[in-house]
Amino acid sequence: MNHDYQYTPKNGFSKWLDKRLPLMRFADENLLSFPTPKNLNYFYTFGFILTMCLVTQIITGIVLAMHYVPNTSLAFDSIEHIMRDVNYGWLIRYMHSNGASMFFLAVFIHMFRGLYYGSYKEPREIIWILGVVIFLLMIITGFMGYVLPWGQMSFWGATVITNLVATIPVIGEPVLTLLLGGYSVDNPTLNRFFSLHYLLPFVIFGVVILHIWALHVTGNNNPTGIEVKDSKDTISFHPYYTVKDLFAYVVFLLMFCYFIFYNPNILGHPDNYIEADPMLTPAHIVPEWYLLPFYAILRAVPDKLMGVLLMFGSIVVLFFLPWLDTMKVKSARYRPLYKIFFLFFVIFCLLLGYLGAKPPEGIYLLLSRVSTIYYFAFFLVIMPILSRIEKPSPMPIGISNPATNNTSDSGGGVSGTPSYAMDSK
Amino acid sequence: MNIFRNIFKNNMFIFLVLIFGFSASANSAEGTTFKNLKPGFSFEGPFGKFDKESLKRGYQVYSEVCSSCHGLKQLSFRNLSQPGGPEFSIERVKEIASEYSITDGFDEYGEPLERSMLPSDRFPRPYGSKEEAKGANNGAYPPDLSLIVKARADGYNYLYSLLKGYEEEIPEDLDIGDLSYNPWYPGGAIAMYQPLYDESVEYEDGTPATIDQMSYDVANFLTWAAEPTMEERKRLGFIVMGFLIIFVILMYLSVSRLFRDVH
Amino acid sequence: MTDTNDNQDPSRRDFLYITTAVFGATGAASVAWPLIDQLNPSASVSALSSIEADISSIPEGGSMKVAWRGKPIFIRRRTKEEIELAEKEDSLNLPHPEKDLDRVKNKEWLVVVGVCTHLGCVPIADSGDFGGWFCPCHGSHYDISGRIRKGPAPTNLEIPPYEFVSENIIKIG
Repeated sequence: MNHDYQYTPKNGFSKWLDKRLPLMRFADENLLSFPTPKNLNYFYTFGFILTMCLVTQIITGIVLAMHYVPNTSLAFDSIEHIMRDVNYGWLIRYMHSNGASMFFLAVFIHMFRGLYYGSYKEPREIIWILGVVIFLLMIITGFMGYVLPWGQMSFWGATVITNLVATIPVIGEPVLTLLLGGYSVDNPTLNRFFSLHYLLPFVIFGVVILHIWALHVTGNNNPTGIEVKDSKDTISFHPYYTVKDLFAYVVFLLMFCYFIFYNPNILGHPDNYIEADPMLTPAHIVPEWYLLPFYAILRAVPDKLMGVLLMFGSIVVLFFLPWLDTMKVKSARYRPLYKIFFLFFVIFCLLLGYLGAKPPEGIYLLLSRVSTIYYFAFFLVIMPILSRIEKPSPMPIGISNPATNNTSDSGGGVSGTPSYAMDSK
Repeated sequence: MNIFRNIFKNNMFIFLVLIFGFSASANSAEGTTFKNLKPGFSFEGPFGKFDKESLKRGYQVYSEVCSSCHGLKQLSFRNLSQPGGPEFSIERVKEIASEYSITDGFDEYGEPLERSMLPSDRFPRPYGSKEEAKGANNGAYPPDLSLIVKARADGYNYLYSLLKGYEEEIPEDLDIGDLSYNPWYPGGAIAMYQPLYDESVEYEDGTPATIDQMSYDVANFLTWAAEPTMEERKRLGFIVMGFLIIFVILMYLSVSRLFRDVH
Repeated sequence: MTDTNDNQDPSRRDFLYITTAVFGATGAASVAWPLIDQLNPSASVSALSSIEADISSIPEGGSMKVAWRGKPIFIRRRTKEEIELAEKEDSLNLPHPEKDLDRVKNKEWLVVVGVCTHLGCVPIADSGDFGGWFCPCHGSHYDISGRIRKGPAPTNLEIPPYEFVSENIIKIG
């Protein structure tokens, strides 16, 4: 962390404000002059993209809430009212529904970035843990949001997933009844999901602030995984990364707008344009694409309760990453073995997503089980083992110094000291 | 190990391509026996627009053939005259609406009053309730058609194929009871009898009303009915994408300029 | 930050950044418009912004009440005596002076918004001291031209925008 720079208020008003509520100082220190590693690549722009996704969802959501009615007899029709009669209603609705998909796409890339560059490692454990909390909140928010249109998938997806609560021994059934407000998914459920769907994004917003705060305490990681040593390694956040983040966001927007304007329903399911019918189950109940990997894990396990535990476990295991992967070399760039296993991890995650939409039988079931095993093995077995046995490839001495040290030397001399051991915090 | 670095550099694009692919496969038509016929509709593609004459004919098919069993409850008569649709004249729409009546309000004795419908009224429902609809149709509920095209994978091609697709000869191994055989319907046994025959309708504009023509026109009309704002969506999309492409170029140049003196 | 590149073409650098910023600002403003316009009446509400009333069944001296934009509209078919009275009262010292002819398109038909201009109650027809309406909430009296004559209401009953689409149909709004 660079403490050489100091914000100095320039004019009378700034000085006055600075003594009472240092807003300008805060903005300057965190947004403008914040020293950021100069070698960040485009994978590092997704934090900003995600913030914009959150803001977009909140604004479009609040506007939709002006017209939506959270009652089982009116919900579906109120959404059609938005689509047909409200000025630009169709646009705002498609922004919100496709925005949710964009939000998850961005968060997956953001998380894969963290896994690849070791951003979850010491001293950034709390940033990572807060991130997993945000991810969990996003899933809950998204799940409840999908119920609100009260289509066939809304209703039956809610029924299947809430029924999982009943698998908990002893307390499962009463807890389920409490959650539903009744004996099946019905109006009380819809009403409370609407209230909570409105609330949780603001909770997410709060956790995001903590997440960024924690980041600013330690400073950003960077693609080398080697900590910043001095101001030669950093540049001010503004204008370099404000502009770069904005550029990345505009590229992201191009993709977002392709969906909104030219293919707004491709990421959804046609059955959700059919009003919910508790008496008629659709042929295949499928959640939204971003929940498919977890759905695949759930159905891979023959025992219902174990399936539920593993499904939640697949996210809970993420909390423990900083203690499962303890290798001092952070970045996969210099970890040839980890890189290969990580590549397979990504492939298996995508495969799980594909399998989540397929019926759980035959080859699909077999592949789901293999993928689930690999998923957990990657975190619980491979990471700890690699932490102990992996030898890193030659690493540069620092961000600004591309000269590599020879890590095969065992100690002795500055150039022989592995750079990752030179980190001090 | 440079190979890996190059692959990973492009990972973002791989992600996106794979996600496109997975989502497309997740959305593939389930349960259809045949692949849908694709006659090609004018509204397809990023610059697509509705063929207004076909929409008008399609409305005629709906109102003369389908509306006795199938509702169109999300639409009002006034939608028929709004831009982006069949664009009937306002006078014509008033005429169409006035042919139907609706109970609205009470007289001084508390008896319900009848009046003829206005453009602002919704299309009338063929049945009072879902149960009544089922009762009148051998237990099968004729779905409301407002969203049918969005509620089916590849909706407009499916509808077109289905309406044209009734076949007299039933495959030997299929037992369909007293239902009709249509190979495009999942499972093949459909409760709706063939609704369209040559000249079921006499088109106002004189176009020969073959089964193929009527299926095409009504599929067109119902696509509009499911999404009346489609033309505006694509028009706005063109402006937005155009703007973003220019903006992204400007942003890219700004980033390049800024980062020239870093490193 | 090195100076060499910047010094060579500062104006081109500025032009690029300024153009980009202007583009960005335009984009942001354009996004704002739909978010604001959605607050405006939706198509279903606008469709009811004007209504047509069939006045053929109203006898002389009779009236009809219709709802327009959530408010009651009084349509009154005035008798010859009522018209004469309304015009005669033009010259009186009225709290809100208005000529009867300025308030009607066809003397036989009075079309007013049935909302008291005091605090918004609905006046009662054929009551009050002036042959018109009486508002029971605070005692405002209106005459047969809908003008305020006595009581706390400040202005005459509002005339809505309307026109005779035909002899039997009035379109309001």
